[in-house]
Amino acid sequence: MTSKPSKKSYGIFTTFLLHLHPPMVDKSAIKFTRTFGLGGINALLFVILAVTGVLLRFSYIPTPNQAYESILNLQNQTFLGGLLRNLHHWSAKLMVITAFLHLLRVFFTQSIYFERKRNWFYGLGLFALILAFNFTGYLLPWDQLSFWAVTVVSNMPYYIPFVGEGLSNFLRGGPDVDGHTLLNFYNLHTSILPLLFVVLMSLHFYLVRKAKGVTLENPEEKEMVIVMPNLVIRETLVALGLFIGLLLVSMLFAAPLLEYANPQLSPNPIKAPWYFAGMQELLIHIHPTLAILVVPVLFIGFLFWMPSQEIKRENIGKWFYNEQGKSILIYSSLLSFFFTFALVLINDYIIADMMNSLTPLLFGWIPFIIYILLTIGIIFFLKKKFKIDKFELFNALFTIIFTSYVVLSLISIYLRGNNMELIF
Amino acid sequence: MTMKFNRRGFIKKGVIALIGAQLGYLFFDSFKRKDQSDKDQKWFEVGPLSNLEKNTIYPYQSGQFYLSVLEDGGILAFSVKCTHLGCVIQAQKDGFICPCHSSSFNKYGEVMSPPATRALDTFDIKVKNGILMVNNQNAKKRSQFEKSQITYA
Repeated sequence: MTSKPSKKSYGIFTTFLLHLHPPMVDKSAIKFTRTFGLGGINALLFVILAVTGVLLRFSYIPTPNQAYESILNLQNQTFLGGLLRNLHHWSAKLMVITAFLHLLRVFFTQSIYFERKRNWFYGLGLFALILAFNFTGYLLPWDQLSFWAVTVVSNMPYYIPFVGEGLSNFLRGGPDVDGHTLLNFYNLHTSILPLLFVVLMSLHFYLVRKAKGVTLENPEEKEMVIVMPNLVIRETLVALGLFIGLLLVSMLFAAPLLEYANPQLSPNPIKAPWYFAGMQELLIHIHPTLAILVVPVLFIGFLFWMPSQEIKRENIGKWFYNEQGKSILIYSSLLSFFFTFALVLINDYIIADMMNSLTPLLFGWIPFIIYILLTIGIIFFLKKKFKIDKFELFNALFTIIFTSYVVLSLISIYLRGNNMELIF
Repeated sequence: MTMKFNRRGFIKKGVIALIGAQLGYLFFDSFKRKDQSDKDQKWFEVGPLSNLEKNTIYPYQSGQFYLSVLEDGGILAFSVKCTHLGCVIQAQKDGFICPCHSSSFNKYGEVMSPPATRALDTFDIKVKNGILMVNNQNAKKRSQFEKSQITYA
């Protein structure tokens, strides 16, 4: 697909795009499976969300009395209003997933070390912003689902010693989820977060260019092609495909809207937003201080600490580091999948009852200790079987932890019924 | 000791100090609970004490509390908020259950099953001319149940 750029196509738009891209790129860089276009997909989703979000602002009223009604009006009285809301909703959901996949892609091609270290930090920041976007947006419909999900999540910081309660009250604008909270969240969602996002996104793009583009497996064997049209046409195809897919989904599936929020009646069961579902499941099993503070701090610390480690500059850009990397990935994810699942069942049916009869104060320490021991066990097993080095150790640990989170999320979303009891 | 002091540095430090002070004020201010208990302490009027039956839990949805009347006539008023993550608890025959994460509490507000780790918050109770009143503005935190928390009329 190498052809010369035609002069006509250098309009304003294309020159703008070409400023984001270098004039020439390596042929292997534009192979779809190199990145799966995930970064670009996220950028496009942000644009879709910004446009639909601005349009939604024309009909949304951020007060507890009128928010719900204004959404009903949008859906029932406004031409294509429902479609607009659905498009915003599904794009936002998809963005959490594509951003996570982007993170996985970057991580498993070792693109977080050396000159890409700083960009990994910015990327983590962007991911946090995406979650913040989703969470603040979750409250806006002011229905039973959003009200109680936000109540539950906004009470979580209470378990952080000293500053937790202040933090919760600061974000909520008071001790309860009410009109102040709605206004806070609305303001964050529609002005502060977008502003931060644009700044971080620009830095993110800039640092990709500065690191000379996406990570390549063999940077020595270069075969350069012109970006326009070789890369741009691929981007356009992905963008069109994504947009058509989103439109179809938005036409077929409506964004959820339950009944008007009732602060005096918690529905049974109440679930946190799906991306926090794993956190909620964790809360059932381990002590809140561990679940809210210790585990997230350790994991986020781990994410930030990894790229600062001394590492040999080899196999950068190769999927899963090397040939046995794939086996390590499969072993650690499968083992993690099964032992997390088993631990949830065992804890639910045996340990929890046993501990309750002793003392509730000891709640949640035993499964946490078992989990850590099991993780160490897996690492030792991998060390013996594959003789893993530091790099592979990071990959294995990361895989174990995120697989556990996915398992916890799936259990919370699909296997929890009334009173949060397990259903099969 | 001499401090380096030029105009640019002064303005820069001044601005940073101002922003810091403002953020610090905002943050620490949010810790403070607005204490209105002295001025217009609003007491929720429950009604004549004689109407309450022993060994029963009464829901007061509009007041956001539950009254638990014990066998010996002692009374406790609980906030409806679960101490785990703030959901509204539901009264059972002999205690409470939270629909969100299935914490349960007995009629003294003690945790019967986690994930909640603290006993239910209580409200002050007073009896005036045979009328029971509950101060449902000021939830009192407690880590566990003690006899002194019970009000006897």
